[in-house]
Amino acid sequence: MPAAATLRVVLAEDSVLLREGLAGLLTRFGHEVVAAVEDAAALREAVETSHPDIVVTDVRMPPGFTDEGLRAAVELRRRHPALPILVLSQYVETTYATHLLESGDGTGVGYLLKDRIGRVEEFVEALHRVAGGGTVVDQEVVRQLLRRRRDPLGALTPREREVLALIAEGRSNGAIAARLVVTEAAVAKHIRAILQKLDLPQADQDHRRVLAVLAFLRG
Amino acid sequence: MSVWQALGSRRFLLSAWPWRAAGYLLAGALTGAVTLIVALLMLTAGALVVLGLAGVALLGLPVARVERRMLGLLGDRPPPDGHRAPPRPGLRAWLGTRFTEPLTWRELGYAVLLAGLLWPFDLLAVLLTVTVPPALLATPVLLVLDGEQVNVLKEWPVTSLPLALTVAALAAPVYAAAAYGMTVYAAARGALARLLITAPDARITELTRSRIRLVDAFEAERARIERDLHDGAQQRLIALTMMLGLARLDAPAGPLTAQLARAQDEAERALVELRELIRGIHPPVLTDFGLPAAVTDLADRSVIPVGVSLDLPRRFPGPIESTAWFVVCEAVSNLARHSGAESAEISGGYAGGALTVRVRDDGRGGADPDGGTGLVRLGDRVSVVDGRLTLSSPPGGPTVLTVEIPCRPLPPCA
Repeated sequence: MPAAATLRVVLAEDSVLLREGLAGLLTRFGHEVVAAVEDAAALREAVETSHPDIVVTDVRMPPGFTDEGLRAAVELRRRHPALPILVLSQYVETTYATHLLESGDGTGVGYLLKDRIGRVEEFVEALHRVAGGGTVVDQEVVRQLLRRRRDPLGALTPREREVLALIAEGRSNGAIAARLVVTEAAVAKHIRAILQKLDLPQADQDHRRVLAVLAFLRG
Repeated sequence: MSVWQALGSRRFLLSAWPWRAAGYLLAGALTGAVTLIVALLMLTAGALVVLGLAGVALLGLPVARVERRMLGLLGDRPPPDGHRAPPRPGLRAWLGTRFTEPLTWRELGYAVLLAGLLWPFDLLAVLLTVTVPPALLATPVLLVLDGEQVNVLKEWPVTSLPLALTVAALAAPVYAAAAYGMTVYAAARGALARLLITAPDARITELTRSRIRLVDAFEAERARIERDLHDGAQQRLIALTMMLGLARLDAPAGPLTAQLARAQDEAERALVELRELIRGIHPPVLTDFGLPAAVTDLADRSVIPVGVSLDLPRRFPGPIESTAWFVVCEAVSNLARHSGAESAEISGGYAGGALTVRVRDDGRGGADPDGGTGLVRLGDRVSVVDGRLTLSSPPGGPTVLTVEIPCRPLPPCA
C-alpha cells in the first residue's frame, strides 16, 4: 500500500464549500488535486485530459441533481477499469453502493458517506486503500447490509459475518484481528471458512477477498 | 320527486305536474322561437361578417342557460353548468375557452334542434292540452246559445243536446289522456335536453385531474425540500465536521482536542438525524432507482426481517411510486410497533393495468383500520391516485395490507 505516495486526484463536487475544503484537505496531506470540477461532464473530461491516480466524486451533481456523479463513476470504471474511484455520498441506502461496486471487478473502488471526511486521517487512509486497488465500503452501509438475512450469507456464523463486514470496510487481516481482539491466525481461519462457504473460485487471496465483499453486497 | 315519478302517482292529474310540464314546454317553445328569429337576424345581418357566424355559434350558450333553469320544473336537479372558467379575465380568453369546449358545440346542437324542429311541437302539445278539453266541455253551452249546430273543434257537427252532453262528458278522459301525453312528451324532451347540455363526466374528470395536480404539487414540494436540505444544511454540516477534523489535527493535545472531538461527534449525530429526516420527506433512492430498490432499502433497515420480492422491471410516474412507497413505509413501521410479527414479506408486481404491492406479516392480527390515523391517511392518499387500499387482519393473523393503483409504467429509458 503506497501510504506516503503523492496521489494525483480529480475531484468532482458541486458544493463550492466542500470542493474547496476537500481540495485543501488533500493538499495538506501531500496530494495533488489536478482538477476540481463541479459536474459529471467536466469530471469525464478531466479524467481524459489529466489521467489522475484516483477520482473522488460526489453522487448528486448538476444538471439533474439525481445520481449523475454515480453514473459517471460507473461509466468511468467501464472505460478505465484500472482507475480507482472513491465515491462520496450522502446516501446510506445500499442500492447506491451496490450499483457502484458491481460496475467493475470490485477492485480500486470505494463508497463512503461524506460524514467520514471529518475523520480526516481515516478518510485519507481510505483514499490510499482505494488508490492501491482495495475496496472500501462505508461502515454504515455495511451495517445495513448485515441486517439482511439471506443465503448464502445465512450459512456464515455471526463471527464470520463480523469478519466479512470488516473486510468489506477494507480492513487488513491485522486490523481485523486488532478490532476483534483475536490473533491474526484466527482471522485467517475465519476468512478461509468464509471463502469456502461462499463457494468462491480459487484465485489469489486478495481477489477472493474482493469477491467475498461483492457476494456480501449482492446478497 | 321527478316528473317520471309523478307520472306514476295516482294524484297526478290533480297535482301541479301537468302544469309544470306545460310551463316547461311553453318556455321551450318561446326559447325556440326567439332563438330562430335571433339566428335568422344574425345570419342575415352578419352574413358577410365572420363575427355574425361566430355569434350564431355561441347561441347555444344562452339557450342552454335558460334550459338549465327550466329543467328545474321537471323535478330532478338541474344539470350543473359544465363550462370551464376562462384562465384570464377578458373577452379573448373567454371566447378561447368557449370555442374549444365540446360542451359549447353540444349546446349549439341543442339550440339548432330546438329552434329548427322542437319548438312548434312543444307549443302544439301545450295548446292541445289546454284547448281541446274546454272546447269539448263547452259544446252543450254553445249549442244552447246557437240553437242549431256546433262544430266541435271546427270539424265535427253536433246538432242534438244529448250528443252535445256526451261530447262534454268526453272532456274529462280527453284531458286525462292529453295531460299524460303532454307530460310524457315534456319528460322525454327534458331528458334529451339534459343529455345534450350536460358535459358527460366533465366535472368528474376535472375534479380527478385537479386532485392529481395537487398530489403532483405536494410531490414536487417534498422533492424541493429534500433538495434544499441536501444541498444546504447537509453540505454545511459536512463542511463543519471536516473543519472540526482539521482543527483536531492542529490542536495541541489537551482539553481542547477533547472538546473538538465532542463537537465533531455532535455534528456527526446531527448529520445522521438529518439524513433520516430527508429520507422520510422524499427518499432519493426512490427517485434515482425506483420502487424495488427503495423498498429493499427500507426492508434492510427494518428491525424485523422483511423479505422483498417485487417484480417491477419498469418505472412508474412519480406520484404512483411515492404513494406505493409511503404505504409500504407505514406498513413496515406499524409492523415494528404493533404487530408482534417475527417476519414479513413484501411482494408485488404489475398486472392487469394496476400496480399491486402487498405487505404480509405473521403477527397477531386484529389491526384496526380506524385505530390509528395512519392507515386512514394512507387510504386518502391512495384514493387520490384512484387506487385501493385493503387490509385483512383477522385476530391471530396474518395481517395483509394490499395497495392497488391503476397506472401505466413509464417507457423504459436508458
